[in-house]
Amino acid sequence: MTRETTVKATEPSSGTGLGTEIRLAGVTKDYGLASPAVDDISLTIEPGEFMTLLGPSGSGKTTTLNLVAGFETLTAGTISLNGADVGNVPPHRRNLGMLFQNYALFPHMSVAQNVAYPLRERKAGKEEIARKVADVLELVQLTGRDGDYPSQLSGGQQQRVALARAIVFEPKALLLDEPLGALDRNLRSALQVEIRRIHREVGSTFVFVTHDQEEAMNLSDRIALFNNGHIEQIGTPQQLYTEPETLFTARFLGDSNVFELGQAALDEKVAQDGESWIVEPGTVAAHPGVRASSAIVVRPEDVEVAGSRDAVPSGANAVRATVRDVEYMGSYRTLLLAMGAGGLPGRARTSALRGEYAIGDTVVIWWWPRAQRIVAA
Amino acid sequence: MTSPTKIGQVKTVQVDTGPALSRRRYTKVDPIPWWLKVLGGLVVAFFVLPTLVVIPMSFSDATTFQFPPKGFSWRLYENFFTNPVWLDALGNSFLVATLTAVLATVVGTAAAVALSRLQGRTAQFVRTLLMVPIVAPAIVVAVAVYISFLRWQLTGTVTGYVLAHTAIAVPYMIVSVTGALGGFDPQLLKASASLGASPLRSFVRVTMPLISRGILTGAIFAFIVSFDEVVIALFLRSPTFQTMPVQMYNSVTVEIDPTISAASSLMVAAVTIIFILPQLRRGRRGRRQESHADDT
Amino acid sequence: MSSVNIKWSRWFPLVPALALLTGILLVPLGKTLVDSVSTPAWTLKNYSNLFTDGVTMTVLGRTALTAATVTAIALLLGYPYAYLMTRVGPRARGILLVIVLIPFWTSVMARNFAWVIILQDGGPVQSLFELLGADHVVLYGTTAGVTIAMTQVMLPFMVLPLFSTLGSIDRRLLLAARGLGSSPTAAFWKVFWPLSRGGVMAGVVLVFTLSLGFYVTPALLGSPQESLVAQLLAQRTTLLLDFPAAGALGIVVLIVTLVLVAWANRVGGTVSAIGVVATSRPKDRP
Repeated sequence: MTRETTVKATEPSSGTGLGTEIRLAGVTKDYGLASPAVDDISLTIEPGEFMTLLGPSGSGKTTTLNLVAGFETLTAGTISLNGADVGNVPPHRRNLGMLFQNYALFPHMSVAQNVAYPLRERKAGKEEIARKVADVLELVQLTGRDGDYPSQLSGGQQQRVALARAIVFEPKALLLDEPLGALDRNLRSALQVEIRRIHREVGSTFVFVTHDQEEAMNLSDRIALFNNGHIEQIGTPQQLYTEPETLFTARFLGDSNVFELGQAALDEKVAQDGESWIVEPGTVAAHPGVRASSAIVVRPEDVEVAGSRDAVPSGANAVRATVRDVEYMGSYRTLLLAMGAGGLPGRARTSALRGEYAIGDTVVIWWWPRAQRIVAA
Repeated sequence: MTSPTKIGQVKTVQVDTGPALSRRRYTKVDPIPWWLKVLGGLVVAFFVLPTLVVIPMSFSDATTFQFPPKGFSWRLYENFFTNPVWLDALGNSFLVATLTAVLATVVGTAAAVALSRLQGRTAQFVRTLLMVPIVAPAIVVAVAVYISFLRWQLTGTVTGYVLAHTAIAVPYMIVSVTGALGGFDPQLLKASASLGASPLRSFVRVTMPLISRGILTGAIFAFIVSFDEVVIALFLRSPTFQTMPVQMYNSVTVEIDPTISAASSLMVAAVTIIFILPQLRRGRRGRRQESHADDT
Repeated sequence: MSSVNIKWSRWFPLVPALALLTGILLVPLGKTLVDSVSTPAWTLKNYSNLFTDGVTMTVLGRTALTAATVTAIALLLGYPYAYLMTRVGPRARGILLVIVLIPFWTSVMARNFAWVIILQDGGPVQSLFELLGADHVVLYGTTAGVTIAMTQVMLPFMVLPLFSTLGSIDRRLLLAARGLGSSPTAAFWKVFWPLSRGGVMAGVVLVFTLSLGFYVTPALLGSPQESLVAQLLAQRTTLLLDFPAAGALGIVVLIVTLVLVAWANRVGGTVSAIGVVATSRPKDRP
């Protein structure tokens, strides 16, 4: 839903079209190592969409981006832009803009020369170049810095020049390879806003690679979460956070309390570890596709903390826990817990209004079944 | 490297009190002995003086190699610039060295760029193989080249000289360009491709300008290697085609012609200028370029 | 556009360089090798002759002795010079470095001609010896004269590797040894010298190897009666036109050189390793 509204909102005025559909089908890249770097990935990126490829390092997200850009050759599968197969098209004919983590500005060229580079390669006229360079520098708020050399600019400014250079030739899509990775925290959030704005104004398809989940949540229409060369889950940031399908997703995005079900979970009231862990059977077994390898996932903000078992309302699932530490976060505080007899690490968010807890206290953590997710481990 | 620098600087801050005191004591227990300075001075003289004798010699009025020179005259320079034997030799050397520099620049740059992108055992082997002309004794190369060139009728020809000199100049070119490529960010080529430039265009617009200093240095080296090369030149010479070093060799061994001291002085001056010019140019433009290089 | 094609295209720019190397160097050298074992018949006679002709072995011995002398003098002069370079301030060090490089960028013929003037009969060196009371010291046309001139050219090859090694030795180790009761001399021999041995080895092998192939200097300053191996090689090629015999000698010189250079290269690797050792903590040292 988010996606569609975004597309409508980004109807461009310049008439460059709605962007490009990027379709990956069965995409595989095998370097001949133990397992393929990218393993049979299928993914359709809608025209004008801001798609983030998120994942830990080595998960295949950057390789996938390089495959789209043409810097790597496919082992199997197809990549098409607006329906046209580009598997055999060299990178310089794919017409895709790209942003790099280290900016990759040409150090021997001024800002204006850097930005004019793709236009000169396309044999644009002098006046057209001057006009477009001025326009795009205004878009990235660097008007007047035309004559500066990259070494005279700050990291943030350099990345804006790189952004201007990557969009000035109206590419079919913009590929962003961890473009904010080298910037400090404040600049990062400023540039996030900038990138969001430029995406809105240009209306082209953006494919953004990052390992930073916060960045992904902030920017994306949709996120494709990568793990071990395959896609773990695709969805809006909201979907990935509230409806994780796998344990990996649940753990990668935000904090989670995880209870692996094991053998006993399926048909009877679970009371393991000497009654330290109580789960209503209906709340688990009724879930489609639940298996012994499944796990219960509850977000820290969805659990309540009680002093004793008596305070847990009926119908709720609960676990006994010991407070290991308390983090004061300002408006709320987080209890770091050892849950159950096994001492599973866990987190609960609470506030001073709901009672003070000290390190060493024994508490009961409970939650309504609707707040929990059953995921594949 | 840091500790000797500090010790060297102590001399200039010796008048300071306080913090410098401990460092002063440090130099006192560990001074540079006087005999070491004397020895250093002798070695400096050994390096510098012998070559300098050719300069006063070149203004001699004598018809022999007698030293110290007798009188003062420009006669030897006059002779050098009017005698067709010397002028031909000079012209031949310029021709061969220029062609060698051009050929070595193209061949060596291409090889260095290719090697910088290749890894693995084969690439390492090729890299070592291409360095053989530097380490192989010139006389062995000269003999082998001479025997083959006799059969191919390349002795005494510009082609023969240029080919042989290029073969020994290419390693210098590769070393120089490889050094320049060390500071080159390969990501720039990806960026260039993503902006629509073909590999060849990327090379011309991005790689070349950024390694131009290395290419220039290599080309100068190639020129000098050829211009100054004696051993192979002695074997490839013919009565009708000789280079400067060969003519100089003749004038010592056969002709006892003191014009060689004018030629030597000119060679020393020329090579010095060729080496120092880029240094001065770098001094003027270096600061901006270097700050760019740091950034990538 | 398959990946195999792309891999081959990466090697393509190497073709001109390799073609040149092959055509100008490898083929002539290979031809020389083949001729040396196949002419006049398929035997190793050309090689066994080197041992029995009564000349080659003498010349090779003289060449090795000359190279060893050059190496020894270069070490005696180069070590203190490189040491001095590490001790002076940055500007003085720059000047000393430029001076080292002077023999590199003065023309080969100019340099050799200069030595002819200096060493000739009635030249400045002879006059100097006369002032000191030694009459008629002859250096021109002798192996001694050749050795002096060669040493000047070879010194940079000794100084540069030594400088890089000596510069990386932590001088505080010397002070520490002194603090523990060693005399300055003992501290040098027990601490500094062992740490500099890698650079010494690299310089020694390099200078010795390069000295084996000198041609112009002995040809101009030496005498045919006391020729070195390069002169012998030239003589057999251009005067006697005995290409197979010359080829055999050339191949021997080439192989000896390449083996020594390969070894020097490995020792050179030790140089940087020793640099790391010298700057690391004592417990990391073997």
